[in-house]
Order: sequence, then C-alpha cells, then structure tokens
Amino acid sequence: MSVSQTTFCAALLDPSAAVPDGLWDAAERPAGRRFSVYRNNVAVSLTEAMHQAFPVIARLLGTQNMDGLAGLFLRKHPPSSPLMMFYGEEFPEFLAGMEQLSHLGYLADVARLELALRRSYHSADSQAAPHDALAIPPEEIVLAKLEFAPSMKVLRSDWPLFSIWRFNSEEGAPKPAPGSEDVLITRPEFDPAPHLLPKGGADWIAHVQAGLTIGEAFEQTFAEFPEFDLGATLALLLQGGAITSVSIERLAT
Amino acid sequence: MSNTAKTLVIASAVAAAVSGVATTASAQAKEKCYGVSLAGQNDCAAGPGTTCAGTSTVDYQGNAWTLVDAGTCADIELPKSADGAAREGSLEPLERDLPA
Amino acid sequence: MLDSSLRSNRLPAAPGVGYKPQHYDQILDHAHPVGWLEIHAENYMGDGGRPLAQLRHLSEKFPISVHGVGLSIGGEGPLYTDHLARLKHLVGWLNPASFSEHLAWSTHDSHFLNDLLPLPYTDETLERICAHIDQVQETVGRQMLLENPSSYLAFEESTWSEPDFLREIARRTGCGLLLDVNNVFVSATNLDFSPQSYIDAYPLDNVHEIHLGGHDEDEDDHGRPLLIDSHGREVVDPVWTLLDYVLDRSGPKPVLIEWDTDVPDWSVLRAEADRAQAALDRIPA
Repeated sequence: MSVSQTTFCAALLDPSAAVPDGLWDAAERPAGRRFSVYRNNVAVSLTEAMHQAFPVIARLLGTQNMDGLAGLFLRKHPPSSPLMMFYGEEFPEFLAGMEQLSHLGYLADVARLELALRRSYHSADSQAAPHDALAIPPEEIVLAKLEFAPSMKVLRSDWPLFSIWRFNSEEGAPKPAPGSEDVLITRPEFDPAPHLLPKGGADWIAHVQAGLTIGEAFEQTFAEFPEFDLGATLALLLQGGAITSVSIERLAT
Repeated sequence: MSNTAKTLVIASAVAAAVSGVATTASAQAKEKCYGVSLAGQNDCAAGPGTTCAGTSTVDYQGNAWTLVDAGTCADIELPKSADGAAREGSLEPLERDLPA
Repeated sequence: MLDSSLRSNRLPAAPGVGYKPQHYDQILDHAHPVGWLEIHAENYMGDGGRPLAQLRHLSEKFPISVHGVGLSIGGEGPLYTDHLARLKHLVGWLNPASFSEHLAWSTHDSHFLNDLLPLPYTDETLERICAHIDQVQETVGRQMLLENPSSYLAFEESTWSEPDFLREIARRTGCGLLLDVNNVFVSATNLDFSPQSYIDAYPLDNVHEIHLGGHDEDEDDHGRPLLIDSHGREVVDPVWTLLDYVLDRSGPKPVLIEWDTDVPDWSVLRAEADRAQAALDRIPA
C-alpha cells in the first residue's frame, strides 16, 4: 500500500478525513493518532503564524476568535510559499467575506495595514536623500520630482484606520472616532511605523509616484482637497527617511 | 490661486517641513518597535506549537467557527452604515455613512 | 554527482547555536560566544531590513550555516525554481560555511505546509531525491548536507532502512550528511529500534554537522511513548549519551544546539553549548 503525497496532504488538512492506509507504528498497526502529530504541526504552526502576523486583528477579535478564523483560513489558503513572513496575503479578502464579521467592516483594512507593515519591514534598504536636498529656490521646488523608499507604504481607508491601529497597539491611546483615515508607513531604519496622513496626502503621494512634479501634484491634490497640508505630509516623509531622491529638470534657457 | 501664490505656498510648506526635520529627529529615536521584528519566522522543529498540541485533538481544526464575544472590537463603536443594516460583502462604508 | 571541488564545508568542530534575533545583542557583547551560528534560510529571503542587516553583521564575526526548511527535497513534484533561485542568491552573497536541508517534503500542489513531512524509503523516492539534490547542488554551486528526520510513523511500502537510504543518497549525489542525534533518539523510541544500531549502520564519514535539540513526550493510541521533536527545551541526558556514542566513532564534528520554540534566555542556550563543548573535549585528540 503506497501513500501518495496528494493523499497525505488531503488528510493533513482535513481533520475529519481518515488517516491514510499504509502508515504504521513499529508493530505494523495503523498509525492512528501518530498522524495527528503532523496534522497538529501544520494547524498549530500556521495558526501561530497568523497570530504573529496580525496582532491587531487578534486583539480586536480576541484569541479564541482568531484561533477559529485561522483554522478556517489556513485550510482555504495554505501558504503558497515557504517564506512565512509573507503569509496571509489573502486574509483581508477572507475577513471581508465572513458574514459573521460583516458588522466590523474595518477588519479588512486593519489586516491590510498589518500586511503592509510586514512588507515594509522586509523591503529593500534605501538611503534617504540629504536633508538639504529640498533646500532650493521656490521656482525649483515646484519642478522637483521625488522618489520614495521601497519601505514606504500608503493605505487609504474609509475607516479611522490609524486610530483603530493605535488603540490596539499603544497603551492609553484614545478610542477611534468615526471618520476616514489614510496611513503612511515609513521605516527610518529598520522599524516600520504607521502615521496618520493629512487629508489629500495619499493622493499627493500617488501623483508624485506617477511622475508628476511637486507643483503639479499639489495642484491636482488641491483641486480635490483645498485643505491639503503639503508641509505636514512632507514632514512625515522626510522624518521617516522615505524620500530617496530629489531631481529637478531645469527649464531650457 | 495664482501661479506665483501657489509657488509660494508650496515653497513655504517645503521649507517648514525641511526645517522641522532636525528638531524632530530625537523624537524619532524613541519610536518603539511594533513587534513585527520577529513575525513569521520559519522554524525547523516538527512545528512550532507542538509543545502544547502533540497528538491531542486541536479544537480549532477548521470545520466550523462561531464568533464569540471577545477582544477590543466591542470597545470600538463605529457606524456600520447609515440605516444600521449590515452590508454583506462590503468592506467599506459609503461616504454618506461617515460624519464629515 | 557533485564535483569534489565544491565540497567546501568550513564549520569548525565546535559548538554552534541556532540564531534567534532576540539574542543578537548578547551574542555580540559576549566575549566568548559560540563557534558558529546557524540560520533558517527562509527567514533571510526578504529584500532587506533588519534580518539581512543582522545577518551581514554576524557573518563578519561568525561562520554561518544556512539551514533550509522549505525546499521540499522529497516532494513528488518538481522543485520550485523560484525558491531555488532565492536559495542560490542567499548562498551566493553570504558564502556560508555550510548549507543543509532535510530528508522530507513540505510543498505539494503549490501549498507549503510548514512542516517536515515523512517519506517512504523506496527506490522511487531514492531516484527522485537524488535528482532533486543534483539539481540543488548544480544550481547553488556547492555541496549540501542532508538531515535525517524525526519519525512518528513508518510507511508500509518502505524497503530501505534510513541509514542505508542516506548512505546511498550520499554515494550517488556526493552530498554530505547532517546527523541529528535527537532525531535518531526520537525515531528510535517512536519506531522501536536501537539508536546505537542506527549509528553503527550510519555512514559517519559523510557527516559534516551534528544537531541536538529538545523533544516533548506524548503517547500513541496504545499507550506507547511517542516523542515529538519540538526544539522547545533542553537536550535530554540519553541524547547527550548518544552524542558521546557518535563522537567516539566519528571524531570531532560541529555540534549545533537547536531551540526554536519557547526560546530561552541566551544564558540557557549558552549552557547547552557549553555541554556540547564538554562532549567534544572528552574525545581524544
């Protein structure tokens, strides 16, 4: 009796399935609960990985709910790669599709933030542009184009995403109030940190990423968000070492 | 806003941001580590967690799950939607759901 | 078959420990830390950040052993070439003192199961594993070491003993072997054989590294002891005794302490490494 890896794998992920025939103990009796060691290794290790990967979701829902959800998730979406640090890519969509969680509409965005923090943590290193790179004449500033660090991430949310994250990560943080919040993740050296972006900040960054100059991006953002605070947005980026290059295409004279 | 005015608004915002960096540098140093540093390490034991699992039946084996009251989500009261009905399948509230 | 010029294992015959990031400062502050460090390859396959920065720094001070846990050498399907490429990249820039993987499978149908799963020891498995090891050694450009697993059950279809199976793999591919002495003890208990007989049959000349780790105790349906390789506690006395039995026959080897779950303070890990040093010291030079 041979046991294919397809058979082994199916029985591993389905606890109600019978232990495959052809697996023995030393006395040639059926393996029985010896097989459970492998079953539990997979289920428990992936459940622990989910707890580590999504600590804020685990706090929001409590350990027991997180265990149950992880049990469902890991069977629906086993890791697709041995790089466990990136496990859980499908978790936001999974949470969004859970009917029992439909009253907690913000969970998917929180999971996206936690994924982005991990991606930022493992992103390529980069060197911030010198602090005086933007200490240039006003007419040159508007023409400047910027490049950002790979570890910089932006999340837009219709929920108070930053406040929800902070309420579950920092002691004494205030309760989130209703509203939409966009989040900027910067990684000054090795530790990614989320920041609340001013209204319009996410749009401005997206415009600059698309290749617009500082001035063009400002105009586009200003048209939609007259209250847009460029200074505060830039300060977050500069403090986080997220601007890696400033280039100015001077007008031909 | 005229182009000149816009240029000045932008330039002064940039100047303020640049000069602000030096003064906030020390605050940055105190930024705490948010615990992602160890997340998702591969181990090569039979499997992390075997200590408590072993051959026993793990009670979260994935057949079913029911939401129990727990966690901090109960402390956060955020509007689900304007009419109070659950919008299944939708992640995000519509703009009109949220106070301006 | 591996070109003999690629057999470059440079781990010292001294104790090493599995590196855990929480011990980073103590390892660097310690005047006499350990002889070498082992890392799990997959944890250093990101693009940058602290893990790679720490590894770069540690590799300037310690010989590093790269121990893969995700290649699925025993998988029925082909090896995943993107993972192999990541491994080649890591081994390429780090130039570690040693590179090893497991006699196990972990990936099936694009699903990585995060466990070291068991294999039947048949001619068919042998062919497949040898082909995979050839591919790995050719791609990575150096010899790999293959580690014996902890077994909780046996396959009815197996026709080879584990030591003979490993000996034949090493003969055909030129790979080296990593002897996990705790795994021998765990498998011997679980499958009711003598660990000393296993060692007597094992090709010790091919061993370039030894692993030690802690295990947990459970029992099977019939009340028989079932040991589980948890890497979550001290190495037990019978395993230290079995290490002496091995070293008496193999001579000095690099000996690693593995501790992956409930990772203790550095001092506890260090004490285990001291015990391994004592075991090495008692072998006549």
